[in-house]
Amino acid sequence: MGELRLMKGNEAVAEAAIRAGCDGYFGYPITPQSEVMEYLMAEKPFERTGMVVLQAESEVAAINMLYGGAGTGKMVMTSSSSPGISLMQEGISYMAGAELPALIVNIVRGGPGLGTIQPSQADYFQAVKGGGHGDYKMLVLAPASVQEMCDHVKLGFDKAYQYRTPVMILSDGAIGQMMEKVVLFDQIPRRTDAEVIEQCPWASNGRPATRDHNIITSLDLDPAGQERVNLKLQAKYKLMEQNEVLYEEIQCEDAEYLFVAFGLSARICQKAIDLARAKGIKVGLFRPITLFPFPVIEVSNVGNHVKGILVVEMNAGQMIEDVKLSVGCKVKIEHFGRFGGIIPSPDEVVRALEQQIIGG
Amino acid sequence: MTEEIIIAGFGGQGVLSMGKILAYSGVMQNKEVSWMPSYGPEMRGGTANVTVIISDERISSPILNAFDTAIILNQQSMDKFEKSVKPGGLLIYDPNGLTRFPERTDINIYSIEAADEAARQGLSKIFNMVVLGGFLKLKPLVAPEFIHKGLQKSLPARHHALIPENEKAIEIGKGLLKPVHVLA
Repeated sequence: MGELRLMKGNEAVAEAAIRAGCDGYFGYPITPQSEVMEYLMAEKPFERTGMVVLQAESEVAAINMLYGGAGTGKMVMTSSSSPGISLMQEGISYMAGAELPALIVNIVRGGPGLGTIQPSQADYFQAVKGGGHGDYKMLVLAPASVQEMCDHVKLGFDKAYQYRTPVMILSDGAIGQMMEKVVLFDQIPRRTDAEVIEQCPWASNGRPATRDHNIITSLDLDPAGQERVNLKLQAKYKLMEQNEVLYEEIQCEDAEYLFVAFGLSARICQKAIDLARAKGIKVGLFRPITLFPFPVIEVSNVGNHVKGILVVEMNAGQMIEDVKLSVGCKVKIEHFGRFGGIIPSPDEVVRALEQQIIGG
Repeated sequence: MTEEIIIAGFGGQGVLSMGKILAYSGVMQNKEVSWMPSYGPEMRGGTANVTVIISDERISSPILNAFDTAIILNQQSMDKFEKSVKPGGLLIYDPNGLTRFPERTDINIYSIEAADEAARQGLSKIFNMVVLGGFLKLKPLVAPEFIHKGLQKSLPARHHALIPENEKAIEIGKGLLKPVHVLA
């Protein structure tokens, strides 16, 4: 078993990045995720593993430093919160187009605009439907605990390299700020330059006489060429849909009603299940862990056997669209959400289930 | 066993660190724990609170609106959280600076004059540990040996010389509780 600690979600992300063998972190401070870089600066991974930690002059600079670092095959990451992630959208689209692996962590706060510093899930559309331009997708992971914040960093880097794609961890201010116990995985050594060259034959890190130039770009002015790029990307996303879906079912076996929720909302729904079952209401929870690829078939399998579904999100109704597309229209599907940094309480969720689904 | 606790007071009283020491001690005793602080505008305005859950089982929601125990250290927190204690639950408060005292009759209420006693003994900086002692007297969720380990893990190494003083404060707190309203 690995090392046991009590950590904030933000700290777990930072420690996991060091242990995953990350080569460089580039970021710009913003509440509620500033502990990621604070932890890294205090922990000095540049002395522990040689990992670079750099405070960029802006979020735009940080994401473009990722582009440069990833282009050489190095394992790079950034983290920010909603307004900062909005500034990064152009860079993310470029990275998707140039097929560059990187990890981007969004510790979501309430919006729109500068909004608030309190937790929210209002960036679901931005993360899942492509906040930047063009037909691209990112693999999006939605941790619901500090342990998953740690584990998803390693998983995220693995998938980023497997598919040569930016991967996003979509979390929120509450999971970033709260402490839970976490079992840390053992240190994975950073790859040597020779290993990077061997594992990333596409990277631009010095041309040997035996091959042509590697060019990292998202530009192809020839429409036929650009269509080939798009077809390749779409084939990759199809593979991700087939192979990378992650989800969790809780007390679904005998469920007559279903909550569908991700991240922090899923934790609140687990408490709501206890409260509802104490009243004799048989309700379960379906929790998507990957938001893209969405567990289309899996949620439909469960959702089509219940009398009604309440989608609980800290937003005005975003993931509900994917739930409706997956389950179809035979089952009643309603949304319950709080916005702007307000976290729904478990009894509020039970009340919504009773009023909107059971009595509605 | 699941104990859901809110600790609330002013920033600077050690509310968050009391919660952290309690939570870390729980980890040392192989419990599941969560520690959820207020970090938003209310904290920047001077008040601070933290929800700590200690359980033998996987913890569901780290955010709660009803608590087994409320530890209340200022008036604003009394006004906000007295009503959030579950019926039959526990409320511990320090009367220092309070003008309105708890009125509920369906919960157990104890006062602890921790701020005054800590000042008398020159322990003002670890007044929070005096309060923690009072709580542990009523709800011995974590054994003293694990509190010791929790202090070792929570405090930076340069402060480890202060651990005996913290443990002394916890012991003092255990003797300071006064029952205000105790259910039959």
